[in-house]
Amino acid sequence: MAEWLKGYLDPPWLAYLAAALLQCAVLLAVVMTAVAAFNWMERKIAGRLQDRLGPTRVGGRFGWLQSVADGIKLLTKEDIIPAGADAMLFRLAPYLSFCTAFCVFVAIPFTDKWVALRLNAAVFFILAVAGLEVFGVILGGYSSGSKWSLLGAMREAAQVVSYEVPMALCVVVVVTVAGTMDLVAIGKMQSGWFWDWLVFHDPFTFLTFWIYSTCAVASVNRAPFDLPEAESELVAGFMTEYSGFRWSVFFMAEYGSMLAVSILAAILFFGGWNGPIPLAGLLGLTPQHGPVAGFLGELLGAINTLGKGILGVGVMMWLRWTLPRLRIDQVMTVCLKYCIPLAAAMFVGAALWTYAFPGGLILPARAAPTEPAFPLAAAAHNAGEQ
Amino acid sequence: MEAHDILSRLQERFGGAITGSNLENVDPWIEISPDALFEVCRYLRDDPELRFDFLNCISAVDYLQTDPKKAEKTTWQPHVEVLYHLSSLVHKHRLTLKVMLPRWKDGAQGQLPEVPSVSGLWRTAEWHEREVYDLGGVRFTGHPDLRRILCPEDWIGHPLRKDYQAPAEYHGIKAR
Amino acid sequence: MAIERTGLEWDEFDVRTDELVINMGPQHPSTHGVLRVLLRTDGEVVQQAEPHIGYLHRCAEKIGENVSARQWIPYTDRLDYLAAMNMNLGWALTVEKLLGLEVPEKGRHLRVIMAELNRIASHLVAAGTYGLDLGSFTPFMYCFREREKILNLFEEACGARLTYSYITVGGVMADLPAGWTDRCLAFLDQFEPVVDELHALLTSNAIFVRRAAGIGVLAPELAVSYGCSGPVLRASGVDWDLRRDGDPWYTRMYQGYDWDVIVQVNGRYPHDENYPQVPRAAVLGDCWHRFYVRMLEVVQSMRLVRQGIERYRTAAGSVGQPIKLSQKLPKGEVYLETEAPKGQMGFMVIGDDSAVPVRVRARSSSFCNLSVLSELCRGCLVADVPAILGSLDIVLGEIDR
Repeated sequence: MAEWLKGYLDPPWLAYLAAALLQCAVLLAVVMTAVAAFNWMERKIAGRLQDRLGPTRVGGRFGWLQSVADGIKLLTKEDIIPAGADAMLFRLAPYLSFCTAFCVFVAIPFTDKWVALRLNAAVFFILAVAGLEVFGVILGGYSSGSKWSLLGAMREAAQVVSYEVPMALCVVVVVTVAGTMDLVAIGKMQSGWFWDWLVFHDPFTFLTFWIYSTCAVASVNRAPFDLPEAESELVAGFMTEYSGFRWSVFFMAEYGSMLAVSILAAILFFGGWNGPIPLAGLLGLTPQHGPVAGFLGELLGAINTLGKGILGVGVMMWLRWTLPRLRIDQVMTVCLKYCIPLAAAMFVGAALWTYAFPGGLILPARAAPTEPAFPLAAAAHNAGEQ
Repeated sequence: MEAHDILSRLQERFGGAITGSNLENVDPWIEISPDALFEVCRYLRDDPELRFDFLNCISAVDYLQTDPKKAEKTTWQPHVEVLYHLSSLVHKHRLTLKVMLPRWKDGAQGQLPEVPSVSGLWRTAEWHEREVYDLGGVRFTGHPDLRRILCPEDWIGHPLRKDYQAPAEYHGIKAR
Repeated sequence: MAIERTGLEWDEFDVRTDELVINMGPQHPSTHGVLRVLLRTDGEVVQQAEPHIGYLHRCAEKIGENVSARQWIPYTDRLDYLAAMNMNLGWALTVEKLLGLEVPEKGRHLRVIMAELNRIASHLVAAGTYGLDLGSFTPFMYCFREREKILNLFEEACGARLTYSYITVGGVMADLPAGWTDRCLAFLDQFEPVVDELHALLTSNAIFVRRAAGIGVLAPELAVSYGCSGPVLRASGVDWDLRRDGDPWYTRMYQGYDWDVIVQVNGRYPHDENYPQVPRAAVLGDCWHRFYVRMLEVVQSMRLVRQGIERYRTAAGSVGQPIKLSQKLPKGEVYLETEAPKGQMGFMVIGDDSAVPVRVRARSSSFCNLSVLSELCRGCLVADVPAILGSLDIVLGEIDR
């Protein structure tokens, strides 16, 4: 997009700046809409699972505008900061969580062309930034000036930081099989039919997906790992003293990171923007058939990615409303005694598999594409070389 | 075991400490003197044929008629009774013990009458005795932690006494 | 190190930096009412848990010395408000024992139906809120959905959903409306599969077992010494149920009924082949067993209700006549305990030839069950305190009266 804008705006840095702002705005719009939709989805799923209807009044029979009503309510609530709270940190904490949760989306490709920032170490970037979210939580719990919030924050810190390790190991399994950390390249490797998806590549990646899903649910603090927000013990854990808009910022950060890990799983394991059947190719929605067809093909891919992400989030919601929650020492046991050894075993297995069957066992393995991540820079470099 | 058997056993063993009984009442009761209460209870709990291992309830009853017209017709003198209801899970029998106490110790208004605590025999007595102290105004000697349980810590007076006057206000909140 | 006093005031206090004092309550989502539990913890491990009660004290016993026996029935409703029928029954039986008044047979069977239906409702609340304490939101809704149906039945019978004042001294306030027994049987028929659903969601759920099994183990001797009763006592292995072993005035109501006391005998619960097996991690007397005993008692109560309905339909005569409000209580003292859903509920009445008793005493099961909390919580984690508290199934109305 920056290159396209360069054609219109004169100083190149302005083009890049405008491109960045525009892309951020689009991402924010997409993700905020998704978050609002998740709020509605959560309440509907919760309702149906509990043998009741969920929102039915605001905005028609299905309560479509319930999220909007909730948002208005939260914005108009009184802004309360407890007397014993550290005011500056108290104000800072939700935004810290929110920013890190959304920064992750900068590196996530929705299709192979629609990505805000194509990094050749995208996986690394995502894991690193997602790990920063815990700071917001710790600060929120500490600065609330309440012992309950402090306990919640301490549990959260222990849990999230611990679960980053097996999550990273699971992701490394996929990186080993794919040979690259570039998410766009990983997605492109899985184009074709659903058996080309990495989850079906070998038994180790298949098992890795299940371990990854457990660790992902734990790292976003969803049930059954939602002890930091345990309602029945700590009222709301580190979020106890937050009300109104500040709470909604934390809450958007949580849903945002849920979507992020779901989409990450979709890209790493389930082909990302490639559907189970190569519809875009079959229908002729490729750039060779003109810009409109190309755009429609990209749109289909984006719908695929988002759809898989939403499905993942829906499964997380299903789990939340069904299972009880684990105690913190049980959460840590699951991480340290089960997830990490299993993930490590999967890593060894996957590495041995790719060594033993470099061409793939049943289907030919796809080599990582060799096109450079930054074509213009590469072209300039090549031009400079000559 | 029937109440009269239990009474005769107790009288045999403790003699004068058994100061009365009423076996014709719907629930027969045996009256014990306060000083011997702990030993009698220990015997009742530990004797293999009695085995009263379950303390159901401790209550205090304040016998005082505040209405002067009715007071002329009462047959009893003002006093406080502490009732112990026991039962045996082993032998499936029940017993009521009573301790008669003066309303105030040595006749001095405000000085609570005293009874030895049985919390060393049945742990449930810890809370029951705290409640009797709080509401009925009876002090239990030897209790590990005798403080109010239902009323606030700084409450004055013992509400279930018949001559109790509720305070006009408590920490600025009007009570009457 | 010598402190030089320079005329300033020095405050010396012991700063224990490793002990955290946390207050759970009185307003807290899972203390089952206004209860304050003072926790002293060393990080996550609880060193001491001390319950403070009295936030719901409404002077019920003092009021009882100023109203007549029948007028005190609504106050009994508000003791254990989740099982108001059983509270009414306890007080009614106590006064009837003092008066020597026997309720006719039809009334006795009706009382069994109501008491056991209320036991089911109370245990549903216990099970649902216990799941809620542990993070399971959905079984709570299922339990309350079923409880709604029971409350609808009660509303048809006496007009109230929670505080019935239905069972009164001398019988019941009014006979059942037409078709009530059919609706009740229809409810029981559709309720049986729901119990299996709850077993699948809670009793045999691996996470639930991890949270409840082996937690808060109560030894039988300690339970008896602390005066625990009801499911708490039976889950520790003590075979005691007042419906079978209690005062004849009370056990007469259940004479001829065929049901099992839910207690583990020789390592097995009665008819346990129909229900999930006891997991290996569960120790007799732990939270899981207390939960399991309540779930199994629900099934026994269903049996009792069915038998009660049959007998009520075939019994002749009236359901009893409430005594006059001005009825004088003879001289005498009576203490009677009944098996309420949460344990043994005892009422004492002392009459002195007047309509108003000299003394009224309510001995609640939850009062004694709660007193064992400080023993059970020593050395457990903070997250286990709601698990243990939920398994004791207390209701502050009857603790504080």
